[in-house]
Formats: sequence, structure tokens, C-alpha cells
Amino acid sequence: MNEALLRSLTPKVLGILVRRGTDFAAAEDAVQDALVEAVRVWPADPPRDPKGWLITVAWRRFLDATRADAARRRREDLVDEEPPPGPAAAVDDTLQLYFLCAHPSLTPSSAVALTLRAVGGLTTRQIAQAYLVPEATMAQRISRAKRTVSGVRFDQPGDVATVLRVLYLVFNEGYSGDVDLAAEAIRLARQLTAAIDHPEVAGLLALMLLHHARRATRTAPDGSLVPLAEQDRGRWDTGSIAEGVEILQAALARDRLGEFQAQAAIAALHADAPTAEETDWVQIVEWYDELTRLTDSPVVRLNRAVAVGEADGPRAGLAALAALDDSSPTSSGRGHPLPRHTAVAAYLHERDGDLPTAARLYAEAARKAPNLAERDHLTRQAARLNTRLRG
Amino acid sequence: MAKYLLLKHYRGAPAAVNDVPMDQWAPEEVTAHMRYMNDFAARLEKTGEFIDGQALAPEGTWVRYDGEGRPPVTDGPFAETKDLIAGWMVIDVDSYERAVELAGELSAAPGAGGKPIHEWLELRPFLAAPPTISECPHS
Repeated sequence: MNEALLRSLTPKVLGILVRRGTDFAAAEDAVQDALVEAVRVWPADPPRDPKGWLITVAWRRFLDATRADAARRRREDLVDEEPPPGPAAAVDDTLQLYFLCAHPSLTPSSAVALTLRAVGGLTTRQIAQAYLVPEATMAQRISRAKRTVSGVRFDQPGDVATVLRVLYLVFNEGYSGDVDLAAEAIRLARQLTAAIDHPEVAGLLALMLLHHARRATRTAPDGSLVPLAEQDRGRWDTGSIAEGVEILQAALARDRLGEFQAQAAIAALHADAPTAEETDWVQIVEWYDELTRLTDSPVVRLNRAVAVGEADGPRAGLAALAALDDSSPTSSGRGHPLPRHTAVAAYLHERDGDLPTAARLYAEAARKAPNLAERDHLTRQAARLNTRLRG
Repeated sequence: MAKYLLLKHYRGAPAAVNDVPMDQWAPEEVTAHMRYMNDFAARLEKTGEFIDGQALAPEGTWVRYDGEGRPPVTDGPFAETKDLIAGWMVIDVDSYERAVELAGELSAAPGAGGKPIHEWLELRPFLAAPPTISECPHS
């Protein structure tokens, strides 16, 4: 039973059903039914033509469902006339599905769920487990999302930037349950690069591959975070790095720089350094300058301050951080817009030799940490410095 | 079976026996503490008694309705709030005695000097659905 094949066929089969004139929501339900049937039947009785099998079964499911509603909906005219399968414009259909599932009328969480189901071929249960929500909640989210996009014409061109944001969200979620969301995001990005020729799509795929290459070394066996400088570089996935770098270089050569290509370039420079000390921080700062030009986000400028601290020394980093402090408004009661600001300040003060200030800031940063792994890591940093200060 | 909430407080609980802020421990003591907490949850999953465990950020916001057509009022966070919940664990156990036993084990998590923290945890029973056969025959 080849699940990867099954999942890669999902958007193609769905696209064909939609081309035949079925509405998107009904077609999507029919394809899910066909996938469930395939998982049940294929192991004992693998089809010679998996795609043809799925189209036939999904179409039959669609007819059954529509006939069940026929008295109410009067749709016999449509369903009794089975259109010829004909050659399908598979690539275009897949791309259209990405656009539809990332439609701007959807909230980010709805777009993510719909993409994983309609394009990724995951079941509602798998998506619910991955996002730690009850299955009934996820089912509602998906059906509401389908209703939201039901009026969108399938052949309208979409905005590739919205699709990239959705895939980036999926990748960043890491993984829980039996679905590896990061690997799924890479698969979906790869499939997207086959459907559309766009340097930022390539940039995002490269960025994902370069980060994924380091995943095994980012956490210790007990789940604690391992910072980049302390990761065992011998365990980085060189195949993934080589692929990411190659894709990135081809994208950069086209001279249409975007946010994801610039982020991937920074990741590539890290991947390229045999040791943390040999990291080309000067070039990394230059890429952060490009990124600041492309998206003037406080997060980018915070990361830039870290890079400046490495390239020009901790004092320069602290100066860059102070400049950031002045210009980023803190909305009262809603916490700092940059939860990692204090952690960066702690790190730079430690590098500058001011251990008491660094220890105090690490403890403060732990209280502001956006997740448990970071909180534990920052608490340990504070504990480490306080132990040294006592000793 | 009965469900209980084990509440851990940042503030508001009586002082623990081994009451040292975590950033004053040795790093390996922090690691040992985290391992103990993870192992505890994993063990309860194996015995079929674990339901959920979550940690909360220390800072929150107070929100209340402010009338038709107006946005909700927000306030806080208040530094002086007496009681501050740090996180919880929900367990489903056979008896109150078992719940107390487990809370005691969790409170024994190692802290500064590798010694148990003896921190106070709050044990709160869930108000469950009424039983099919009521204990009061006249109700």
C-alpha cells in the first residue's frame, strides 16, 4: 500500500472531478471517501491504474451522494450523463486547488486545514491529531472552509504568496500525532514547484529543506532545545542541504529576490559552515539587510541584531538591539511585540561579559517565552550563569 | 472513575519546603526536574489515568463585556494578583485516595540541591454528569 502515491494523486483526482462540473465541496467529500476505500482495498487487491481507480470510485461516490439528495436537489440530469474521462490538465488542476485552499477569504487555520485535506490527502482525524484539537472541531472547520470557497470560480488565477504563507505555517508547526507536518509541508511545496515556475516557491522549498536537514539535532533526547552553535553538525542531513542549496542557487540566478529566498540564503550560510565559529556572519548580516528591505518586520531586525553581534561583536549587537527598542511600539497590556527580545539581550550581555545582567535577563526571558521548550532552555541558561556567579 | 484537576500555582499556594526559584538551581537540577515531570505524565498515560497537561504563560489579560456595540474592556495584567496558576494536569482515577497519592508524587519532583520541592498542589474534583442511578432514591 503506497500511501505517498495515494496522497500525491489526491489533488489530481479532485481536480478532475471539479472539472467535470461537480461542486468543490461534494467532490472533496467523494475523494475522501475514495481514499478511505483505497486504504481498505488496495493492500489485498492493488489496482493496475491507481489514478483511474480513484477517479472511478470517487465519481461513483459522488453520484451515490448526489442521487441520495436527488429528490431534493433535482440533479439527475447532471449525474446520469457520465462525461468521458478524457485527458486531464493535471498540473493546472493541482495549482488551482492550492489557490482555492489558500483563498484570501479563509482564515489561516481554515486554509491550513483545507490544504492538508484537499491537496495533501490527509484525513480529518490525522489533521485534528496534528493540531491537537478534537476531530469534530476539525471537521467543522473544514466544512465551513469548503462553504466559504464554494462560490469561488475554479479557473480564477490565485495569488501564489497566499499559498506560500499556508505552506510556511504547516511547516512551522513541527509535528505531533502520527503526521509529520514538516515533511508534509515539504511534499506539498515540492508538488507546488512542479505545478508553477516561481522563484519564491523554490525559495520556500529550499528554506524548508535547509531547516529540515538540521531537525534531528535541534532537540536532545530529553526534548530540550539545542542551540544552533551547539548542534552536532555531523548529523545534519547533507542530502537535504545539497538539494536545498541547489534549488536556492537556481532561484537566485533568476534575479527576482523575495523574502523566502533571502531566508533560505541565511539558512544555507549556516548549513555551509563546518563549525559554528566558521559561520560567515558578515554575509548573513548582508542578507538580513536585504530581508529588512523586503519586509521591514521587527522579527527580522531582531534576528539581524543577533547576526550583528556575531559579526561585529556584542556591543554592536546591543546597539542594533537598542535601535530596535526605540522604534517598536509596545502596546500596553499585550506584552512585548517581540517575545524573544529579552532572550537576545541576555545572550548579547553574556557575550559582552556582563553575567549578572545576562542571568537576570535570561530569567525574565523565560517568563516571557512563547513555548515550553524555550522557557526550559532559558531557565537553564539563567541557572547556568547563576551557578557560575556563585562559584 | 473520577476526574481531578491538579493545579500548580506561580503564586498563591503556601510556600514549598524547598522553595528556591528555578533560575537559582544548577542547570542539571533543572534538567532533572523536567525529566521527572515528563516521566510522571508518561507513566500516567501507561496506567490509563492521564487526560491532559498544560502550562500557562504567567501574564494574562482581564476581559469583560462593555455593552452593546462596544468592544470588550481589557485590563491587566495585575502584578499584585494573589493567585496565579502556572499549569495543570487532569487525571482520571478510581478514587480520591489515588488522586492524593499522585499529587503527592508530583509534589516530590526534585528541585534545588536535587531534593524534592514539596510544593503545594491544589487538587480539585471535576463536577461530573449525574449518575444514571441516583444515590438518593427520592430524587
